[in-house]
Amino acid sequence: MGFLDRDHSIAPPGFNRWLVPPAALAVHLCIGQAYATSVYKTALVKHFGASLTEIGVIFSIAIVMLGLSAAVMGTWVDTNGPRKAMFTSAMFWAGGFLIGSLGIFSHQLWLVYLGYGVVGGIGLGIGYISPVSTLIKWFPDRPGLATGMAIMGFGGGALIASPVSQALLRAYDPNSGGQGWVASGDAVGKLFLTLAVVYLAYMLFGAFTVRVPADGWRPAGFDPAKVKAAKLVTTENVSAKNAIKTRQFWLVWVALFCNVTAGIGILEQAAPMIQDFFRQSDGKSLVSAGVAAGFVGLLSIGNMSGRFAWSATSDVTGRKRIYMMYLGVGAVLYTVLALAGSTATALYVVLAFIIISFYGGGFATVPAYLRDLFGTYQVGAIHGRLLTAWSAAGVAGPLIVNSILDAQGKPGQLNAVSYQPALLTMVGLLVVGFLANLLVKPVDARFHERRPERHETSQGGLK
Amino acid sequence: MSSTAHTHGAHEPVRKSTGRLVVAWVLVGIPLAYGVFQTLTQVAALFG
Repeated sequence: MGFLDRDHSIAPPGFNRWLVPPAALAVHLCIGQAYATSVYKTALVKHFGASLTEIGVIFSIAIVMLGLSAAVMGTWVDTNGPRKAMFTSAMFWAGGFLIGSLGIFSHQLWLVYLGYGVVGGIGLGIGYISPVSTLIKWFPDRPGLATGMAIMGFGGGALIASPVSQALLRAYDPNSGGQGWVASGDAVGKLFLTLAVVYLAYMLFGAFTVRVPADGWRPAGFDPAKVKAAKLVTTENVSAKNAIKTRQFWLVWVALFCNVTAGIGILEQAAPMIQDFFRQSDGKSLVSAGVAAGFVGLLSIGNMSGRFAWSATSDVTGRKRIYMMYLGVGAVLYTVLALAGSTATALYVVLAFIIISFYGGGFATVPAYLRDLFGTYQVGAIHGRLLTAWSAAGVAGPLIVNSILDAQGKPGQLNAVSYQPALLTMVGLLVVGFLANLLVKPVDARFHERRPERHETSQGGLK
Repeated sequence: MSSTAHTHGAHEPVRKSTGRLVVAWVLVGIPLAYGVFQTLTQVAALFG
């Protein structure tokens, strides 16, 4: 398997760096399927005779494994390069679907937990971080744009997987089309097999397209001295081991955690929330289920476009400033949403769209933020460790919102006022994140890798 | 944005990789455009 080694994926002279973003996108578009699990959730509930919570655990395990594997495998990814990482991710991700399908066909839910949850989740984590440090090295002049393009794919993956999965389920289930139809377990199993094959092919295309830049490569006309001109952008390097000892790492961790928690607060409740906000005194909502579904789709586009647009903008504004916008403007918009969101549907939709675009932007901007603070040496590994903030937010966000809403009343009886405590709690979180981001200063020189001992290698950057 | 490489101070010509570049972007662009289109169709209900 030597062909997967970093040494074998070094770009030849004159390699076009614009081949790297589609390679990264190929991986992220596939693993972004994780956000499209709702398509077959009801079918699995029926097939296994399980509760919604028991089926929801599949997704929760996958997200927890994403955070854990990104944190644990980050250094391995940086050392072995993107090709081996993408290949490994493809094997785990496709393998997860295969084991999951076996679990569905044999009526063994634990196999689905093991397959999609554990094995697939490892593929998610490795796949998510696999192209990040490579893109940053290929685009030292526009790191935000580069990582935005890739991480946009994670948001876009669900947009593709949802309609494709629905079409495949209809094709695989002979009883499809009837009123109240729920796909059979057999159809979901076949869907898993199909996704395994298609995702494997796409991710392998990414793995064999990606290249790492040769030592000392830089884009024509790029002057690293100009990068240094920004106060928070370092030309030094900090190892992953040292990065987690710095105050900066944990301040960015808190900022990301708060931004993600607040975003998940809206995303988790998107469809029922818009209906509750416009519930009339007779208990009926002005917003139908179909319109609410359209609203969820609009948020998905906001999430995806925010990843690209805001991250690319951060190359101009700087990472700290754009995080101040995500958190500061986000807190103001959340407050307006909580207090005046029910006055007009258009206002509600616009506010939610911008808030979710900030949520996506936070994800996509953070690798470049880490590059600015800690250098490129082990930025992939540092990014992997930072993603534990995502896992924590994935637990905290729904927990905060659901527990507060539970105290406000039963689903179907809630209105705009019921959401105010939850939304204002999110405003408080965003303010905490804003303050944490405000405190970010350049990393102390004692954490920098010593220059005399450092030399360029082909085995993982600087050593 | 230029994609010309600059390696160890020496300018290297960009390889003729236009075809490969187009294929790579089409492979990821078409599914993404399909997904966005399908979602926008759903979103239309919001403004209908």
